[in-house]
Amino acid sequence: MKLNKITIAIAAGAVALSATIAQADVKPAVVYDKAGKFDKSFNEAVWNGVKRFTADTGISVREVEPTNEAQVEQGLKKLAKRGNSPIVAVGFSSANALSAAAQAYPDTKFTLIDMVVPEANVQNVVFKEHEGSFLVGALAALKSETGTIGFVGGMDIPLISRFGCGYEQGAKHINANITVLQKMTGSTPAAWGNPSKGGEITRSQIEAGADVIFAAAGGTGMGVYQAAADAGKLAIGVDSNQNHLQPGTMLTSMVKRVGVAAYKSYADAKDGTWSAGVTAMGLAEGGVDWALDEHNRSLVTADMETKVNAIKASIIAGDIAVHDYMSDNTCNY
Amino acid sequence: MTDTLAIELKDIDKRFGAVHANNKVCLQVKQGNIHGIVGENGAGKSTLMSILYGFYQADAGQIDVLEKTYTFTDSHQAIAAGIGMVHQHFMLVENFTVLENVILGSEGGALLADGLEAARKELTRLGDEYGLKVKLDATIDTLSVGLQQRVEILKALYKGAKILILDEPTGVLTPQETEELFRIFGALKKQGVTIVLITHKLREIMAITDQVSVMRAGQMVAHKDTKETSRAELAELMVGRKVLLQVHKNPANVRAPLMKVKHLTIADKQGVERLKDVSFELRAGEVLGVAGVSGNGQTELLEALSGIVPMTSGTIEVLGCEMDAKHPLAPDRLRQLGLAHVPEDRQRMGLISDFSASESALLGYHTDPKINSGIWLSDRKVEANCKALMQAFDVRPADPQLKSANFSGGNQQKLILAREMERNPDVLLIGQPTRGVDIGAIEFIHQRIIDMRDAGKAVLLVSVELDEIMSVSDRIIVLCDGEISGRLDACDADERTLGMMMANALDPLDPLQTMDDHQASVKQKAHQETQV
Amino acid sequence: MKRDNRIVWINRLLLPLLNILTAFAVTAVLFWIIDVNPMEAAEVLLYGAFGYEEGIGYTIYYATNFIFTGLAVAVAFHAGLFNIGGEGQAYVGGLGAGLAILMLDPTLGAWVFIPASIIGALIFGGLWALIPAYLQAYRGSHIVITTIMFNFLAASFMVYLMVHVLRDTGQMTPQSELFPTNSWMPFMHDVAAGLGYSIEASPLNLSILLALVCAVLVWFFLWQTRWGFAIRATGKNGSAALYAGINPKHIIIVVMCISGALAGLVSINELVGYQHRLIMDFHLGYGFGGIAVALMGRNHPLGIILAALLFGTLYQGGAELAFEMSNISRDIVVVMQGLVILFCGALDYMYRPWLIRHLAPVPKQEELSGVAI
Repeated sequence: MKLNKITIAIAAGAVALSATIAQADVKPAVVYDKAGKFDKSFNEAVWNGVKRFTADTGISVREVEPTNEAQVEQGLKKLAKRGNSPIVAVGFSSANALSAAAQAYPDTKFTLIDMVVPEANVQNVVFKEHEGSFLVGALAALKSETGTIGFVGGMDIPLISRFGCGYEQGAKHINANITVLQKMTGSTPAAWGNPSKGGEITRSQIEAGADVIFAAAGGTGMGVYQAAADAGKLAIGVDSNQNHLQPGTMLTSMVKRVGVAAYKSYADAKDGTWSAGVTAMGLAEGGVDWALDEHNRSLVTADMETKVNAIKASIIAGDIAVHDYMSDNTCNY
Repeated sequence: MTDTLAIELKDIDKRFGAVHANNKVCLQVKQGNIHGIVGENGAGKSTLMSILYGFYQADAGQIDVLEKTYTFTDSHQAIAAGIGMVHQHFMLVENFTVLENVILGSEGGALLADGLEAARKELTRLGDEYGLKVKLDATIDTLSVGLQQRVEILKALYKGAKILILDEPTGVLTPQETEELFRIFGALKKQGVTIVLITHKLREIMAITDQVSVMRAGQMVAHKDTKETSRAELAELMVGRKVLLQVHKNPANVRAPLMKVKHLTIADKQGVERLKDVSFELRAGEVLGVAGVSGNGQTELLEALSGIVPMTSGTIEVLGCEMDAKHPLAPDRLRQLGLAHVPEDRQRMGLISDFSASESALLGYHTDPKINSGIWLSDRKVEANCKALMQAFDVRPADPQLKSANFSGGNQQKLILAREMERNPDVLLIGQPTRGVDIGAIEFIHQRIIDMRDAGKAVLLVSVELDEIMSVSDRIIVLCDGEISGRLDACDADERTLGMMMANALDPLDPLQTMDDHQASVKQKAHQETQV
Repeated sequence: MKRDNRIVWINRLLLPLLNILTAFAVTAVLFWIIDVNPMEAAEVLLYGAFGYEEGIGYTIYYATNFIFTGLAVAVAFHAGLFNIGGEGQAYVGGLGAGLAILMLDPTLGAWVFIPASIIGALIFGGLWALIPAYLQAYRGSHIVITTIMFNFLAASFMVYLMVHVLRDTGQMTPQSELFPTNSWMPFMHDVAAGLGYSIEASPLNLSILLALVCAVLVWFFLWQTRWGFAIRATGKNGSAALYAGINPKHIIIVVMCISGALAGLVSINELVGYQHRLIMDFHLGYGFGGIAVALMGRNHPLGIILAALLFGTLYQGGAELAFEMSNISRDIVVVMQGLVILFCGALDYMYRPWLIRHLAPVPKQEELSGVAI
């Protein structure tokens, strides 16, 4: 293959380079995706993990914010060339670039968050969103008085269907007759930042009887939480703990700890325990969880808390198997 | 009525680049008089008034208003000195009321309501005094053109104008509205307001003014008391006479017609008829002169005959082909048939100022296979073509690479004439061939035109120079207000007859003689719909 | 005449140089404010853009896009049309290139794929410009407005296709499947390797040659053919063109199709040359950048190549700057690019009256009488 020839040529150069800096300690770096690190969502969560790592260890992390497609790959390669390792790439949209960079620099450690690239020097961190969603789905069913709950997805991609499917399973686990309304905001990345449409979908679901609505939709979620609060209904947050956004009407948040993944990747490399392959972070690994704090304490009864935690224990123990939508692109469980 | 001078302009001089728009212009306007300024388009009337109103600054000269000397650097100063101007294009905000429009720019204080009330009182008073009745709360777009003009006049009076300048005020009016306007002029005059009327309609000048000044080519050529002059005299003065060298020509050997124009009517985009039911024949071996004060349909005639503007109705038979409104022939097609056209305005149409002379010399003939080698427009051939033309017509400097704009007017014109004549067309349309061309070149150009005629070609010559028309043409038609107002053989023509025909002196009323602005007809339509 | 030449030089050389210098001076002040040494920044920028083979590769790779869009804007401009729709035309051109490749038998050779993709990009980009052109020519809708709106239409249209029709199965990113390897426009480093030279890998591919060929063709078309003559005549003086029998409607249609087709070629560099699949938003920034490039390049292909190179430098050097200097975020880089566009595009004639007054003063009246200026 043509690509391999180039790869070898470059790799040869890279080996020579990396040899001279091998004695250096870990030189962590991160390449965000085109949305930039202050996107109030995914990239920002990674950035929080990066900040925490620097605060904890005093090791600074080199950051690159690309502005176009070419710069993602350029940034990854350049970081590798300068001897940075491990290099974290954020989001599934970076997969093509990371794959090329990983082939070009086989001795560099790469970590890709939220997507799998089958290369020998890439650690892929994916999350078992279905497990976390199962928990919040169960809690929603416990809390619902109408027997109808809602789900608002962001962009219509299998990853988000995974949230929806887990949520539905959790709800049905509590109440087999429950109605779960599901709606995606859109089919493009713009669907991550459309709160007004989120609010619209929420209102229509509330009209259809839903009294708990889970948003897995990035910035669009803000509209969902607001609409739920306005109607006196409950909402469930996503990714980070969003309970504080609408105190009193946020039932809980399905926490996805992407920052932890970045942090862990750096820390593992520092400790010499970094390994390539696929790490699926689920409930057991603390990659996903449900959030209980002072903002939603009053909404969750002790009974509910016990039941949800029992379900969590069962999932970790393997007693409850949660179907992963992405394993077969269907939600048949 | 006193002998105080409302306006005195002394030796006003203004140049725009190479154009000498006002050349040592003097003007005296007596207070309380109606003073007309006439002249052809481009004679410098508007420039002069713009200087008086502070839009432009004169390069030299002195302005006295009511016997005080001023230097206006903007129109506010002119207004303060008591000058009001009503432009050809009204400066009104369409969706404001009359009242709001009048106080625009002099609102007086932060609170609009106070200003409005004060203005309402004042306007009612002015309206009574001068017979200028307008509904103050009507929005402008509901008013007819005549009423809008009244608002403009009110606006000027409200700002304290003692001298009113009106630029072509009747161009947009119906005959009835014109009558009404003149009645208002009378009322204003009675109250001691001085009126300066810029127009090129001689009938109006004769009907309303006390004095009249004539401008031509940037100069003031005559001051007359209206009582002591006539339309014919004014027409002659406007068009001017030039001492021409005699053109040597043999009797024409006229043959079959090459072009037959029947009932040709051209309406502009706004639907105003610029050319009305014009019919004539153009025959091989003759020069047909088209005389007239500029702006009376000559431009439209040339552009229709050469296929540039679409016809509204009528037919044109040319060189064996026929065209009408439904079956137009494009300019390039007509050129292929053997029709050449030297446009009136060389800057606007005849050449492209930014192009080199060699490229301008190609305009209209760029598809000629003799210059193209396959897809390649050969630089060498383009340049050779231009060199040949320059040589044939003695264009100086004979540099094909020089930008067209950098040739003098005469040389530009020679280049265009060369381009159109050297291809030996059967029908040649020529507009203003000697405008801005020096005497020597004029003789040369006239001789070339006669040569064409003697070679059995048909030439249509449009010119505002009467001497040129009379000495070069074999037959003459006169255009006035888009219609043929006279036909005669050149041997029967004299300036007086032509002048009368050009002024259409036999016709008592010339409604809507020229409507050369876009707004006119739009407003005309609005007017018809909502006559107040 | 001497004055004329001087004005030409002021317009073509001095003015653009002064504009760039001003932009850099303002940028330097900006850098100084955010505690960055401007000289050091300039060094990083220039090194990043020209200091090593890979950097040069990226610079020329970006410049390639700007040559295409700059030419697109210039061709339209010569007919007096302002094509703001380069973005949309580039995007839809990408669809043409992508479809041409994806619909052909993947076992075919590069000799089929590459011409097919170029033709696809030309046709789709051209057709996307044809609609606004038709609306301008026959319906009087202003081309600036319609081309802007067509950028949005293109974006929505492409999103729909990418998400619902072309998305590769199992992919979360809206992107098509990978183009077959033999449809790729060869990388420059591969070509060099084939010739026995070794250069660093970069996205630079043979599309740059296509861009240069286009530049020559545009020059030839505009200045050496009767069609170009008709186009320039229309742009310089519409009445004179009408007089010459040039149909302005035809000119609008032809010119916009050519303009759109050129913009469409961005996709050859981006997709066929580098990304090797149809992706979203590959065109962003190049269409609008092309306007600045054309303005700065004085709508002449040679000037456009130079201006495109400057923009390539700003893109690559800017990325390097953001990479190397922690105080300079990518947003500062955008500001820097914006300043260049501001001074070279929007404020283009700021210095002109002053320069002309001092370097090419109008001769006195007496000298005027001979030859009118």
